[in-house]
Amino acid sequence: MEKAEKGLNSSERDGEDRDTPLVERALAGDFAAFEQLVKKHQARVFYHAMKFLNRQEDAEDILQETFLHAFKGLSSFRGDALFLTWLLKIATNNCLMRLRKNKKMDLISLDKPVEINGSELPREIMDWSQNPSDQRMESETREYLDKAIARLPEDKRIVLLLKDVEGFSNQEISQTLGMSVAAVKSRLHRARLAMRDLLSHYFEEREINKK
Amino acid sequence: MKCTDILEKISDYLDKELDPDICKEIENHIHDCEPCIAFVNTMRKTVELFNKAGREPAPVPEHVSDKLMNFLKKNAKPE
Repeated sequence: MEKAEKGLNSSERDGEDRDTPLVERALAGDFAAFEQLVKKHQARVFYHAMKFLNRQEDAEDILQETFLHAFKGLSSFRGDALFLTWLLKIATNNCLMRLRKNKKMDLISLDKPVEINGSELPREIMDWSQNPSDQRMESETREYLDKAIARLPEDKRIVLLLKDVEGFSNQEISQTLGMSVAAVKSRLHRARLAMRDLLSHYFEEREINKK
Repeated sequence: MKCTDILEKISDYLDKELDPDICKEIENHIHDCEPCIAFVNTMRKTVELFNKAGREPAPVPEHVSDKLMNFLKKNAKPE
């Protein structure tokens, strides 16, 4: 928990501080206060579910289930975690249940999974780390990141999402997914290598198109 | 330390989960190895971009948000 919250930037932490009175008001029966919490956090929950499940229809269901679950279980929110962290944990559990259900229905993803080959380092590497998309994320880059993560095999996609997108610690991921920390780290490493490769192609092409 | 060792240890290095002596060896290696500098920089940037994507999500499509609010008013709002 501690690490996930350290992952938040200062404005997010300030925003979280402002959640506490809203949670208290919602607990006292003020539905408008709960609506404010929903409006504030719906994007994080929705895109978490989108990346997790790769299907908008499922992500919309998870969004509804998560906030309904949060509303009904608000009294169990103890405030030792941030409200957003608590919500993302509910969403993650709902996503995992949905994945199991989808598997029983034998749904097959139409996305071609990316091949992961992390055994050798290419000799020529373009350093695109100084790319100007630093200041505020461009929508084109954001879209590309969504497409890239969607191409990862499910086991690696979920670990990358929980660690690098949502800021969970390796320990929390290990507990949530029921696997060892070593397995989490290994999947994360391979996922990051694959994402770096895809992003390298993307930034190289952008450079070529600029010329 | 070889380039392949950097490839293998890069995630733990970026997550600050390595022994300080190994970190020092990595830093000594990348100081003189141009492909590894580019590799470490771009791996670091990859992680940063995903961090940022999580913190700055696009807005939820309006129809999704409306559907959510209607659902909650129907199923969660006290009478």
